[in-house]
Amino acid sequence: MPIAAITTPQIKLLERLCNAVAVSGDEGEVRQIILEEVKPFADEVKIDPMGSVLVTKAGTGENRLRVMLDAHMDEVGFMLVADEGDGIFRFDLVGGLDVRQLVGKPVLVGRSKAPGVIGARPIHLTTPEERQRKIPLDQLRIDLGPGGKAKVGDRAGFATKFRRVGPSIFAKAIDNRIGCVILIELLKNAPSNVDLCLSFSVQEEIGLRGAKVAAQFFKPDLAIAVDSTPANDLPMYNGSENISYNAKLGLGPAIYTYDIGTISDPRLVRLLTDTGDAENIPYQFRQPGGGGTDAGAIHKALAGIPTVSVSVPGRYAHTSTLVARVDDWKNTLALLQATLARIRHETLDMSR
Amino acid sequence: MPEFTPFLKSLLSAPGLTAYEVPIAALIEAEWRPLVDEISRSRIGSLQALKKGANGEKRPSIMIATHMDAIGLMVTQIVDGLLHITQVGGIDARVLPGVPVTVYGTASGATEELYGVIVQPPARTLPASLGDVPVGMNYLFVDVGLSHKQALQKIRVGDLVSFATEPVELAGDVISGHSLDNRASVTALTVALRQLQGKTHAWDVWAVATAQEEETLGGAYTSAFGLRPDLAIAVDVTFAKGPGANDWQTFPLGKGPTIALGPNIHPFLYKKLKELAEKLEIPFATEVLPRHSGTDGFALQVSAEGIPTAVIGIPLRYMHTPVEVVAYKDIQRAGRLLAEFILALEPDFVEKITWED
Repeated sequence: MPIAAITTPQIKLLERLCNAVAVSGDEGEVRQIILEEVKPFADEVKIDPMGSVLVTKAGTGENRLRVMLDAHMDEVGFMLVADEGDGIFRFDLVGGLDVRQLVGKPVLVGRSKAPGVIGARPIHLTTPEERQRKIPLDQLRIDLGPGGKAKVGDRAGFATKFRRVGPSIFAKAIDNRIGCVILIELLKNAPSNVDLCLSFSVQEEIGLRGAKVAAQFFKPDLAIAVDSTPANDLPMYNGSENISYNAKLGLGPAIYTYDIGTISDPRLVRLLTDTGDAENIPYQFRQPGGGGTDAGAIHKALAGIPTVSVSVPGRYAHTSTLVARVDDWKNTLALLQATLARIRHETLDMSR
Repeated sequence: MPEFTPFLKSLLSAPGLTAYEVPIAALIEAEWRPLVDEISRSRIGSLQALKKGANGEKRPSIMIATHMDAIGLMVTQIVDGLLHITQVGGIDARVLPGVPVTVYGTASGATEELYGVIVQPPARTLPASLGDVPVGMNYLFVDVGLSHKQALQKIRVGDLVSFATEPVELAGDVISGHSLDNRASVTALTVALRQLQGKTHAWDVWAVATAQEEETLGGAYTSAFGLRPDLAIAVDVTFAKGPGANDWQTFPLGKGPTIALGPNIHPFLYKKLKELAEKLEIPFATEVLPRHSGTDGFALQVSAEGIPTAVIGIPLRYMHTPVEVVAYKDIQRAGRLLAEFILALEPDFVEKITWED
């Protein structure tokens, strides 16, 4: 079996996917790119009633397990909710965005990706007291320029352009286009010992909605949600040790044991860590706590699906620019590929 | 798209923070050199270009000041490869989280441009008492995507940081970007210099791209002192109407420049500019500035023995954010008004200045 790798084509694909805009419920641009990428390698490809791209690739061995890999296609963003005339629009948030992160950003609006900006009152016209308060969402506008054309209901996303810098990647929507690229690479290098069921899921950011339906369609024996998890590994303001970092850049894939929506199946956690130890692939445990992935929906689907999450750590989730390390991406891909290769019919027979 | 757009965009992408204007001055000099007779730098870095008048040996002169410096940031500390920053010029910290920047790292000897982004640290790394309020500049970082060791090899305290948001054209022939304050006015002055080509004007014209407006007005004070013009006009951006700004201090975007009126402005010059704009049918608004004009005009007026000064404004939305917005038409009109004013100056204009008391 070829070893999946991260080289120029994968980085170019991530760039294309991150620069595409696919706000929850309007994932079309990313869906088209993924369809184009998976079709040559898949047995079957379908777009389900939610808009998720579901891909199957059968193995060849005996007694194969059906393994679902999930990565959500959607990203946080905006929806235009009122036209105030002359190219000025009010907007609402789609997904968990911090309104303190929106001002001063260029955005792309609607299918035509019309350029717009989110501005703010000039500092000269503010008072010191005012500057101590957040600029509330109802005071923010998307400005397309005089006569700019868009319509209420159009989605908008950040206009950030992908950058590769030293060991790092700067881009919007690394959460979770990085998961999408990992799934595509795993499909291209599919193992023969399992049946792969890939879900490029919609609407993760507004309640894990695509993954639930995808799991019910695939009826897999086990599932792995591949996502991007926040690396809150910045220095503490007072120089004390940061003991609540969630995950750290550079330490490899973050394996979930517990989050707000899922207690990972312990057999799958062990499978991942045994694989990492045996293959010398670095990994870290995501600190147990809040947050969640599509695993929260998948493990409760049907009569229950053993599920685990593996994430690439990324700083500044749900903002206009995230930062991830290429090495973490490589090691996440490597860990998943090696883990898939170790799955046997008996994998789930061991005690929990 | 007007012919000046590529030049304007090049200005928006060029570094030139307050007191570090060398790169932007070089770009402006290259554009102005064919349009003027002499060009020099002042002792604190303003770019001073002379286009000679036609009125014999003893010619009066007018100075047009457009500041070329931009607001930005400076590195104050490096912690775990992340940069703490402070402001150069007036910046509302609320506009900073998520903004792309260029760090001009000097630790390796030569200046190296590094991409980065200003980041709001996760809540759990900030004081719990802070709450859901804007995160102050003192807590923000620039993340350059490097390890601590790599960052220290390239960056040191005191290095400059400028916004790196790329300029983008919006609908309605407007452009958005950082540093349109005041590169839009530099462009308007360039438009004026182009319109003066092949035409005869009695007065000497000092086109000056001033340094350090955003902190001290240092360039305007010193160039006006050094050049001793008989008249001066400061061209700067002013507040355009738009989201968050709609009161008497704001002017419609794309509906013409403003001609300012107030203590920093000689009333006779205001009147002459207003009459000229009316005669030429250049749309404009009168901008009242009851105290400090907030422009180089404040400095020009009190330089040397005092200089009759006017202020022209180009309306701009979201001033001092990385997404300032200006209408091309307003740049064009401001440039034309300047050129026409220069062409209309008679040799004895100064003697005609009166006080309508």
